[in-house]
Amino acid sequence: MIVPTPHPDRTVSPASPQTLAQKLVARAAGRGRVTPGEIVTCRVDLAMMHDSGGPRRVGPMLERLGAKPWDPSRVVVVTDHYVPVHDEESRRIVAVARDFAAQHSVRALHDGIGICHVVLPEQGHLRPGMFVVGGDSHSPTGGAFGCYAFGVGATEMLGVLVTGEIWLKVPHTVRIRWDGRFGPGVSAKDAMLRLCGALGMDGGGYHAVEYCGEAVEALSMRERMTMANMTAELGGQAGLFAPDATTRAWLGEAGVHEVDVETWRSDPSAAVLAEHRFDASSLAPQVAAPHSPANAAPVDVHAGTPLTAAYLGACTGAKLDDLRMAASILRGRRCAEGLRLMVAPASRRDETIAREEGTLGALLEAGAELLPTACGACAGYGAHRFGDDDVVIASTARNFRGRMGAPGSRVYLASPYTVAASAVAGTIADPREFL
Amino acid sequence: MTATRGRAFVFGDDVDTDALAPGAWIKFGVEEIARHCLEALDPSFAARVRPGDVVVAGRNFGAGSSREQAAAALRHLGVAAVVARSFAGIFHRNAINLGLPVLECERADAVRAGDALAVDIAGACVELPERGLVLACTPVPDHLKAILDAGGLLPWLERRIAAQRNPNPP
Ligand code: SF4
Repeated sequence: MIVPTPHPDRTVSPASPQTLAQKLVARAAGRGRVTPGEIVTCRVDLAMMHDSGGPRRVGPMLERLGAKPWDPSRVVVVTDHYVPVHDEESRRIVAVARDFAAQHSVRALHDGIGICHVVLPEQGHLRPGMFVVGGDSHSPTGGAFGCYAFGVGATEMLGVLVTGEIWLKVPHTVRIRWDGRFGPGVSAKDAMLRLCGALGMDGGGYHAVEYCGEAVEALSMRERMTMANMTAELGGQAGLFAPDATTRAWLGEAGVHEVDVETWRSDPSAAVLAEHRFDASSLAPQVAAPHSPANAAPVDVHAGTPLTAAYLGACTGAKLDDLRMAASILRGRRCAEGLRLMVAPASRRDETIAREEGTLGALLEAGAELLPTACGACAGYGAHRFGDDDVVIASTARNFRGRMGAPGSRVYLASPYTVAASAVAGTIADPREFL
Repeated sequence: MTATRGRAFVFGDDVDTDALAPGAWIKFGVEEIARHCLEALDPSFAARVRPGDVVVAGRNFGAGSSREQAAAALRHLGVAAVVARSFAGIFHRNAINLGLPVLECERADAVRAGDALAVDIAGACVELPERGLVLACTPVPDHLKAILDAGGLLPWLERRIAAQRNPNPP
């Protein structure tokens, strides 16, 4: 296990009220405080790349520059998009990732053990206070752990690898407060679809989105990861949670100790750009119609829509908690005749736990087909792609036209509860009727 | 940064990265991806667009993935600039890094498909000579102009490294 320590030469001045985002960016910029809107240069604690956007694209550019990664101990390479390999190109892409890690002495190569955003915290790479750059748009997932984590493209990653630094426009903070508690059959995914529907896919304005409130504090780490993850669909740069006892306990299990839960929270009087309040207790399960997460509406709007397939997958919707939600509906039931239910667990570790505790068994007995732990059908890169006639309900993050297959395929987004209930019904269904 | 002239290809809000660089083609090089650029929204786009033309769109252009092939495909097709009411954050950074000029223009919806237009990055405006319109844009910050002027982040880094290796050129 490799746990890069935050750069030691930074301290955060407690003098004036700052948001969590400001504190994280100030630390990385080596400054006492920063002001939203100013351009700063940040030192990067951790750079994560996956097989698709990483080595195969960054490697040749590094070579052209005759440069090497600034600090291989701060680089993580994960293969997830093109595993398991299924053709000539995917074989080559994954081989390039492995060779890159070997050539540049990157010890943290996580090869086919899960989706990058889930593997990062699982393998002990994240801890509160870190500044993390990932070569993938769902990198905000790391914000669940109090890291300033965001996604970049391959050329930007090249800049990070060469210099160890990246420029940033200090973000404003958009605060999202969930009062009350989520009801039975309602989860973090529903909350995020509701936010996409209410605020739009640019509602985050490329600012830092901070999640708080009673319902958020009560969430498990994996549920917080789902919220931070879908900050990408809200158009936020980072999705932040103040670390607490839940964070400390989870990271302790991942082998990360000495977790600072005092420093990394917004000062009570810190100024934010906007604060949106939502009531968790009255939130109904949400379904986003094709072809945008912003097409979200309460499940009854789409209930009865006939389906050909249901997909439990992705960093967003196939972690252990997601599999458990689905199993709570599917246990003792069968998938509807003619509907194909696919499960692609988000990590090997979650898959193993799910198998041992009987969660996976409940899914398989209901007729689910187990796909390899990987990005799978989510990005439409691999062997599993939906056809023009498919109407799918998926626990993934985005349903853009043609993303998961043919341009004619129609994908509805929902929580694992709703995906499972719909798999049983054969049509989009309210999971609360199955609890 | 000199002004570029071309014809407008107009799109709506939330043009996403899967439309710009469809997943099925991502494993191939940019030539192949570019052939399918925006085909979900306009099947003939890649065949019709000419070097110097300009993509004009609504809000949140480039939403979604961090795949920079979304910007690379446009550049490969010779698109001289993208003018939009707003851009998704990652796409905006990627475009600059690949040397593709991007201009935020609150009045982008005034542009019609096929309009002749001149895009002036330094002057932060879009001119529609045939319609006698000049649309003001958000000025591009200096640190990004420097990357665009270099032709993208890779040549920018190349110069920086060369300067470090040879700090006192003759
Ligand atoms: S599972 Fe889907 S959203 Fe997550 S990293 Fe893979 S392709 Fe991206």
